[in-house]
Amino acid sequence: MGEKKLMKGNEAIAEAAIRAGCRYFFGYPITPQNEIPAYMSRRLPEEGGVFLQAESEVAASNMVYGAAGAGARVMTSSSSPGISLKAEGISYIAAAELPCVIVNMMRGGPGLGGIEPSQSDYFQATKGMAHGNFHLLVMAPSSVQEGVDLMSQAFDLADKYRGPVMLLGDGMIGQMMEPVEFPEKIDPTELPPKEWATDGARGREKNVINSLYLDPDVLENLNWKLQEKYEQMQREDVKYEEYHMEDAVVAVIAYGTAARIALDAVQAAREDGIRVGLIRPITLFPFPEQVIARASAQVDAFLTTELSTGQMVEDVRLAVKGRTPVFFHGRPGGNMLTPEELLEEIKKIRGEVQ
Amino acid sequence: MKKELIIAGFGGQGVMFMGKMLAHSGMKEGLEVTWMPSYGPEMRGGTAHCTVKISTERIASPFCSHPDTLLVMNRPSLEKFQPRVRAGGSMYYNSSMIEQEISGQEIDVAAVPANKIAEELGNPRIANMVMLGAYIAREEIVDLMTINNSLAAVLPEEKHNLIDINLEALKRGYSLYTSLEKS
Repeated sequence: MGEKKLMKGNEAIAEAAIRAGCRYFFGYPITPQNEIPAYMSRRLPEEGGVFLQAESEVAASNMVYGAAGAGARVMTSSSSPGISLKAEGISYIAAAELPCVIVNMMRGGPGLGGIEPSQSDYFQATKGMAHGNFHLLVMAPSSVQEGVDLMSQAFDLADKYRGPVMLLGDGMIGQMMEPVEFPEKIDPTELPPKEWATDGARGREKNVINSLYLDPDVLENLNWKLQEKYEQMQREDVKYEEYHMEDAVVAVIAYGTAARIALDAVQAAREDGIRVGLIRPITLFPFPEQVIARASAQVDAFLTTELSTGQMVEDVRLAVKGRTPVFFHGRPGGNMLTPEELLEEIKKIRGEVQ
Repeated sequence: MKKELIIAGFGGQGVMFMGKMLAHSGMKEGLEVTWMPSYGPEMRGGTAHCTVKISTERIASPFCSHPDTLLVMNRPSLEKFQPRVRAGGSMYYNSSMIEQEISGQEIDVAAVPANKIAEELGNPRIANMVMLGAYIAREEIVDLMTINNSLAAVLPEEKHNLIDINLEALKRGYSLYTSLEKS
């Protein structure tokens, strides 16, 4: 760790990727994440890497597919409509079991939507993204420092599971400046070799990277293998944070930007004498279902809050299994959720369940 | 200590830069800081604003609907943001561009002739640093020396030739409220 720097989330996340050994970036511009490609276009050549602005998002995700197949640490970034276009390539990457990192700085949707902070792509990010039985490992930072920390782990997790990892943020995480410290830079040439990579077959048997499995047994085996990975993620790589949960009778559940706003509301409610806590999922897939299930034995009610019309709340309900009432309050992006309106919701819920 | 500011003006007045300077200086003094720009479809000539929070405690939301402090550089921004300032808060307005006398109900109001002083120094674009200097002199959120030292870190390198004139603008703003011998 070095000296603290004041940086925009987008730039800090880009720098963290470089420090984690990422040397290849393929993308296509879209607000509110343009500082990532802009930063990469300046920094990657300095590190001997490649920045390429593709002709389209579809092309960019297939370039990621190619570089990942060759064993490189590679990433792309985009925002909601751009991620939809990249989804096809991401499905191929998942089928070919290739590690890569994708950043989605979400904007309000559907369609081209707006550019303000929104969390309307939770379903897309966590429920498979595109065709086929697959998931990404999805992590959602709620501060610039956490964006850096999660990006530092993202490439290792992608390698661990040989699959795509997504960092899911929005305009708040991307555009905000906060103090950050960076880990030391790693040398990507010193990483363990990827025996499966298509990086030249001289002196060994050739490797094949493909997503076409016409033999039904082979295809079925691949699907079950992917499922095993997702179960392993649930056992080994769930991340979350809890605030004031020790004596909470109401638990707010929020991630990313909404969690920052929710924390203000939780603190205000505490000042009013209401015992409220906050559970903040950091990994959205694997979802921290066990901590929520455990909390359902403690609290009288959950309040899920999101910058959406209600997406993560479905996973909360699955974890709670009807044991405890689950309320929802959201704003779908464009207009910001306020701590004041959340405090009102908390008070209302407290009244209803008492 | 917790301060929540909105800094507003028209695009080109350097309001984003003021916020970055303040956030950077707070960080240098070991405080928690956030800087959140308005990044909507605003163009040069339109209104622009940023939200800065500075605190001794961890900062939850970086957004702010009701700031305790407003630094405001032009009239449209004053009309938009003054009603949002919390009771007991304060507003610093650019009296060179907002000419009629402004008074606030339940808020403390300070008139800063930012453009007038900047023009005396020969560059209207440093009005923002006059305003920032006045603010930190009156409220002592961060030290003038920390602000001065932040210029080299926050200004892009190709603009480092402007450090001296920015320092001069900070000093002039600061001396509106405090004798410089103190610092």
